[in-house]
This record gives sequence, C-alpha cells and structure tokens, in this order.
Amino acid sequence: MAAQIFSAIFVIIIGVGGCVAYFWGANKLLDLTFPSRGVSGTAAVNNLRRQGLVRPWLFVGPALIILTIYLIYPVIATLWLSFLDRGGTSFVGFANYEWALRDQDLRNAILNNLLWLAVVPAACTFLGLIIAVLTDKIWWGTIAKSLIFLPLAISFVGASVIWKFIYEYRGEGQVQIGLLNAIIQHFGGQPQVWISLPFWNNFFLMIILIWIQTGFAMVILSSALRGIPEETLEAAVIDGANPFQIFWKIMVPQIWGTIAVVWTTITILVLKVFDIVLTMTNGQWNSQVLANLMFDWMFRGGGDFGRGATIAIIIMVAVIPIMVWNIRQANKETGGH
Amino acid sequence: MAVATGNSFASRFGVHIAVLVFVAIWTIPTLGILVSSLRDKDQIVASGWWNSFASSSQTEAGRLPPASAQTQKDGKYVLEGNIFGDGAKRNISAFGVKAAAPTQYPAGTAADLGDGVTLQVNADGSFVMASPKAFEGDRGQRVYYASSAPPKFTTDNYDTVLFSEGIGRSFMNSLTVTIPATVIPILIAAFAAYALAWMRFPGRALLIAVIIGLLVVPLQMSLIPLLKLYNGVGTFFGVPSKTYLGIWLAHTGFGLPFAIYLLRSYIAGLPREIMESARIDGASDFEIFVKIVLPLSFPVLASFAIFQFLWVWNDLLVAMVFLGTAPDQIVLTAKLNALLGSRGGNWEILTTSAFITIIVPLIVFFSLQRYFVRGLLAGSVKGG
Repeated sequence: MAAQIFSAIFVIIIGVGGCVAYFWGANKLLDLTFPSRGVSGTAAVNNLRRQGLVRPWLFVGPALIILTIYLIYPVIATLWLSFLDRGGTSFVGFANYEWALRDQDLRNAILNNLLWLAVVPAACTFLGLIIAVLTDKIWWGTIAKSLIFLPLAISFVGASVIWKFIYEYRGEGQVQIGLLNAIIQHFGGQPQVWISLPFWNNFFLMIILIWIQTGFAMVILSSALRGIPEETLEAAVIDGANPFQIFWKIMVPQIWGTIAVVWTTITILVLKVFDIVLTMTNGQWNSQVLANLMFDWMFRGGGDFGRGATIAIIIMVAVIPIMVWNIRQANKETGGH
Repeated sequence: MAVATGNSFASRFGVHIAVLVFVAIWTIPTLGILVSSLRDKDQIVASGWWNSFASSSQTEAGRLPPASAQTQKDGKYVLEGNIFGDGAKRNISAFGVKAAAPTQYPAGTAADLGDGVTLQVNADGSFVMASPKAFEGDRGQRVYYASSAPPKFTTDNYDTVLFSEGIGRSFMNSLTVTIPATVIPILIAAFAAYALAWMRFPGRALLIAVIIGLLVVPLQMSLIPLLKLYNGVGTFFGVPSKTYLGIWLAHTGFGLPFAIYLLRSYIAGLPREIMESARIDGASDFEIFVKIVLPLSFPVLASFAIFQFLWVWNDLLVAMVFLGTAPDQIVLTAKLNALLGSRGGNWEILTTSAFITIIVPLIVFFSLQRYFVRGLLAGSVKGG
C-alpha cells in the first residue's frame, strides 16, 4: 500500500512536471526555431508569423491527442463495431440492429428508459423550481438549499445503499427497519418488497436519481430567478396578480431558457443511468435500462462487443438532437466573438 | 422577490413548513445510514434507526428447559436458569405464559399458573419455576416476555469495515485513482482553453464546436473500443491491461471536454485590455498565459478541480471497466457494490461502508461549495 501511495504521488509529479516541461519546452523550441529577436526586420516579421501559425497547435495539441484517443476514435470505432460480430472480427451487416429490433430485453430497457425520461427530468425541474421559489422567501433559505443540494455530492452507489435501506422489507407483522415499510405498517398497510414490484419498482429507482438531481435544478433555477428584473414582478403585484399567476405567467416564462438547459442536462444523465439500476436490481424484475444492459452484454459470457456497441449507438442516437441544439446555441453565442 | 409573496402570516407559515418538509425528505435518508452505522449491529435489526435513542423494546418468546432439568428443593420440584442463556443481557419488564397476554405479570413477581405451580421471571432474565408435583414432558414451558435494551452506540462497525472488510484499502485505492485524475487534466485543459479563447488560428471554430459536441457524448460510446485498445496494448507490451495509469488517462480524456469548455468560457471573459497591454509590453502568448491568465483563472480552475474530483471519486462504470476487482485495485464504489451482493442483509456493514464512501465528497462539497456552485452555473447556464 505504501508503494501505491508513493506511485500515486510520483505520477502527480511526473504528470504535472511533464505537462509543464512540454508546454515550456515546446514554446522555447518554437522561439529558437523561428527567432524574432536579433534578426533583420523582414525575417523577424516572417518568423513571428510562422510562430503565430504553430503556437496555437502547441497549446491545444495534448488536449487534441487525448480527446482523439479517448472520445473521437471510440465514437467511430463503436459505430464500426456495431456492424461486427461478438468478437469484433467479421462483418455481419445489420444483424445486430435486427437483433435489437426483436430482442425483448432490449425493448423492455428502451421502454423503461422512456419512462425514466418522462419522469425524472420533469420531476427534478419541477421540484427544483418550487424549492428555489420557496427558499428565496425565508431567512434560512440558504441553509435549506445547502441541505437539499447535498445529495449531489453523493455517488449513485452510495445513494443506492441509502435508499435500499429505506426500502428494506421484513415480513408482515415483524419490526420494519426500512423507513418506508415502517410508515406503511404504522398506518395499518401491508409492507411491500418495493424494488421487485414489476413496473412500480422503476419509480422507486427513479426517486433516487430525483433525490440526487433536484439540488442541481434548484441551484441553477434559483440563480435564474434572481436575474428576473424586479420591475416586472412589482408591475404584476400592482396589477393585482396573485402569487400563482406571478409564478406561472411572469416568472416561469422569463426563465424558460434556463429550464430547457436544466431539462436537457438531466435528460442526458438519465439516458446514461447505470449505477443505480446495477446496484439496486441489476435489471431484474423488469427494471432494465439501456446502459446497464450494455454493460451486461460487454461482459456476459466473455462479452458480445457487437451487441454492446449497438446498444451504445442507440443511446448516442437519443443524445444527438441535444448535441446539435447545444452546438447551434454555442455558435449563436460565440458568433460575434 | 419578497414582493411576490402574499404577506399574510398564514402564507409565510406555510412556506416555512413546506421548506421544512423538503429539507426533511432530502436529509433523513442520509441521516439514516449515519445513525445506523454507529449502532450496535444487533440493535440495527431489532428496531428502526429512528428509534435508536429509545430503549429498543420488543416482545419475544422463549422456552424453559424440559422436565429433565428439574431439581428438588424444599420438597418442591424446581426449574431454574436464565432465559437469555449466556447471550446479551437485556431488561425484562414483564412476562406471561399465554401468547394472548405476553406481558401479564410484571418482572420480579411470582405468577400463579394454577395447581400450585409458580413462575417468577426477574428483570435480568433469571427465572424460577416451582411445582409440588414433578414436571413432565420433553418440551419446557413456553414463556413470553417484553425486553428492552438500552440504546447502544459504538464505532465497532467502522473498525470491522475499515480493517476486515477491505474498505480501508479501497479508500486508499480511490484516492490513488482520484488525485492524479483530477490534477492531470487541469493544465492540459487550461492551455487548450487559452488557445481557443485568445489565439486566432484556422479550425478554431470547428474545434470549439467539436468540444461542445463531445460534452454530451455518452461514456458508453467509448467503453468497448477503449477496452479493446487497452487489451491490445497490454498484450502487445506484455503488461496488465488494467492499470492505474490506464484509468488516470481515461478519466483525463472523459473530463477534458467539460474542462476545456468551462475554462474557455471563463478565460474568454477576461478583460481584453489586460492582454493587449501585456502584448504591447512585449509579452509572448506563453508569458501572458502563465503570468496573467492562470492566476486570474484560479476560481474556475478550483471549480473544475472540485467537479472532476467528485466525478472520479463517485464513478463506478469507468472503474469497473478499466480497473480490476482485486484488493489492490478495487475502488470504494465498486467495493460497495460488491458488498451489496455479498453482504446484502448486513446493514451494519453496508451503512458504515456507504458512509465512508460519501464522507470525502461531503467534506469537499461543504468546504468548497462556493466554487462548486460557480462552476455549475458557468457550466450549464452559458452552455445553453
């Protein structure tokens, strides 16, 4: 273990030192190759121009190489692999996609993912907005927001353990140590094995993600609400609007853009949801989702890379509209820069 | 915004209550595992954690020894002993012999069971049953009793989990993964961000668009090709394919788009005059970056570092694909996932392990919340 700590420290030094050495050294080398001082006027101008051509690539180079290896190449390779067989050796055309159309597990996973997409972003945004509005009105709002924000720092696995404990089931009539069943038994209800109830168990898993992500929605929306010009609210009050009208007709329309951002951010997260399903049910009792199914196919029986890649492509296709929209928005913003 | 509220007492009171309910829902689950992790493991299963400050009381049933254990004393046949055997001592408040009336007699009194038979059960569990006639039968008398144990808090669970369940080792593994994976991307991203914000070169706009596109590419797209690549490299050089170096680089790669995006939008917003006056003074891009941009960018670098730290520390998927499950490599999240399978019912182990895995992010989060929120706002609102 000591060796491990030592090697981690060593890597930090090597990594950071290496980066510094590269940037400094490459920059120095460029200055030496095309000197701009101590040479004649025209040569200096020419060399400065050449430096200007090369230097940006020295700066973005390392990032570009890493991005290419870890993201750009894999995206293309995954697309290619989805047309290959399980070992990734021979071309099988659309066989994996045909399988995807017919496979019952995959269909279930897609349906569950759609359910997640319908519920989680809406619930997080709605709850986040309500909490943001309410906490703005009270003196201890900052503390309240901090506490609601807190689950965002907790890992999905940790959160799953936390909620599994809440959903814990003991036979009827026994002492319930899971909070949910204890409450239900207290009011005379029947304790349930929540995470294995088909269909409804999806919602019990979604609650975990909603619990984590509401804080995110709340913080972003709260800051947007503060940006609303005071005059519009005052004018509404003078015109006799009640708080609900002010909320729905004055506040919400003005932060519509931010709501869309929060919604899409959580949508992407939901498409990739993996840890919660793996740790809570591992896809049993009809709770499978795409990301977990893909992981399953990657390693099941030595792994089927063709089908795994196909599932990844399905997730990617769902993300593409958001990606295009993001790039367009960004282009609009930086267009003048 | 106060103008937007009805200012009646009732509506303000309602707001306080509503927020209180939200706060309760959002904190009680975490509180549950913290409290449970500090409870005695027998008490965790005996009562809900919300009752942990009360004596946990329960009604139980036991059986006295069979007739063969009887002795004769003062002309009577007597059965003696302790209901709890050699086990944990608890307090008995009442006892009974019928399931319908399990607490009929207070502890310490002699109950008359008819035919001259008496039974006395004391608070400490010791009992005396006496009869003028010899006891018969192989099955002893059934006894019901209400017992209570005082609340017992302990750090034993932490000892067990840290040193015998391997969580301590996993904690070190998580640190080993997280710190380099947080530090390495920062400088690489910062240089790229500066070039993309302040240097003019062909292809810049395209690069920015690519990075914004990569922001949302699901991790799942990278897993299989990288796994193949790592296996290939491992075989080619005759080295293991699952290494810390591999996961450091993987996390660096996955974190870079967000890092570059976040840093670029911040650096692009720095005042142009500062850069230009430095350039007039003869500073090169490199000097401007190191002497002006880096120091001014400290807040955003801190934001990114916190994000990356939390993301890597909390990650399960990347660790499961690119790291092994042997004790020298398994990280906290993966270990916790494994414990859920192997120790599914042992809540003292699960709650304690879970609390250890979340404590570091919680500390980071609370001490640096300001930077975290700033990064969150810059990363998503402007991102549009």
